[in-house]
Amino acid sequence: MANRWINTLKDKDVTPEAAFMNRRQIMGGALAGIGLAGISTGASAAPEGLEPNTYEEITSYNNYYEFGTGKDDPAKYAKALTIDPWTVEIDGMVDKPGAYAFEDILKAMTIEERLYKFRCVEAWSMVVPWNGFELADLLNMAGVQSGAKYVAFETALRPDEMPGVAYPVLDWPYVEGLRLDEAMHPLTIMATGVYGKDILKQNGAPLRLVVPWKYGYKSIKSVVKITLTDTQPATSWNKANAREYGFYSNVNPTVDHPRWSQASERAIGGGLFSKRIPTEMFNGYEEDVAALYAGMDLTKDI
Amino acid sequence: MGRIMDRVNGLVRKLPTWVVYILCLLPVPWLLYLAQTGGLGVEPIKALEHELGQIALKLLVAGLAITPLRRYAGLNLIKFRRCLGLLAFIYVSLHLVVWLVLDVGIPSQIWADIIKRPYVTIGMAGFLCLVPLAATSNNYAIRKLGPKWRTLHKLTYLAVILGGVHFVWLVKGFQLEPLIYMAVILGLLALRLPKRRKRQSI
Repeated sequence: MANRWINTLKDKDVTPEAAFMNRRQIMGGALAGIGLAGISTGASAAPEGLEPNTYEEITSYNNYYEFGTGKDDPAKYAKALTIDPWTVEIDGMVDKPGAYAFEDILKAMTIEERLYKFRCVEAWSMVVPWNGFELADLLNMAGVQSGAKYVAFETALRPDEMPGVAYPVLDWPYVEGLRLDEAMHPLTIMATGVYGKDILKQNGAPLRLVVPWKYGYKSIKSVVKITLTDTQPATSWNKANAREYGFYSNVNPTVDHPRWSQASERAIGGGLFSKRIPTEMFNGYEEDVAALYAGMDLTKDI
Repeated sequence: MGRIMDRVNGLVRKLPTWVVYILCLLPVPWLLYLAQTGGLGVEPIKALEHELGQIALKLLVAGLAITPLRRYAGLNLIKFRRCLGLLAFIYVSLHLVVWLVLDVGIPSQIWADIIKRPYVTIGMAGFLCLVPLAATSNNYAIRKLGPKWRTLHKLTYLAVILGGVHFVWLVKGFQLEPLIYMAVILGLLALRLPKRRKRQSI
């Protein structure tokens, strides 16, 4: 199932091979599947001017409210998070429920590089060279049962390690959810690295969801639990404010956030005089994902 | 106690207001320097906008504290009230300029935001309240307006409430900081409410 999606970015954007094999992934024996071939041959419809953000930008400007609401709080405080050992509990409507050790997951998965645009609901965006595996592969490993319709996710909740959870900014633990077809889509990955290095804690170590056509908060970090279910799961921001944050949360420039416009965004890294750029439908992945929502009114199903 | 406060008030009287102006304006070049050199992080526009807005709110709160400090603590800072008000106006104006020019920058979207986004509308209303106050912050206007000047400058109360609501309304999730500002603002305003008259026993 791996390599189902080919990066359409240009060769020059691709990280050198040596740089994007990270230590843990080499130890995990996942070398064979690194999708370099796909990346280097797939230079077709590269959006002009899309260049990856620097490692510093990606790792210093984060929303991870468990560590504080400031953009620099995660980089300051996430160090305290223990990520080794790490297990992901997969339960609900699966054939093989259980606690899966992170190492075992990595051994079974194929790590690819995916250069994705990341659009925050706060109207800023970055381009991130993720390393990770398709969520579909993980779900298939656990064996999705026929009645399952949704996938629910949960972030670790460690009051001793997460200063932000002392405040009721959200109803902790952070939870998210996808429809099963969204979860099985080739674009949907679990990221374990950035720029070929193990993903840093402020970015959601050791593994986090990345759904590039949805607002960033859907891409839940530091996942400890995945549940297959037949009912639409609750999601944190929707619980906090249903009018502002829907279950789908697809990037959509024609549907504004009630408090700000979603028509444009600021690409991080342009400095003090950078101009806003237009936001694209489904964050530029319309061709890949529009079919998932055929027949739905995306101004209502936000 | 009273004697200590007399000495403090004596020292305060000797402090020229231009010192306060200079000290309170120092953050402007400093923030611009930081914004240019990465000191405000990888998204300096929002960072600068938020810093300027917060300083403005702090100055407004400081201005609001002057009367209660005199009434309840005997500390007389009245000579700095105009300067704090004008400084707040300068920071609100800079905050607005950063939002207009650097943040949004698209004229059609600016107007749409002012009309459609309640927290922006409220922020703009707060700014507009401050304009006549800044314009009449001179001795000539005080003389000219007479008792009307005091009435006009009660608009400060509305401006600072609007500023507090603007902050509460713009954050995501349940966040403590803007609520603390709001509580302090309301507390300082409550201290101004006329005391309930005690029934006099004849």
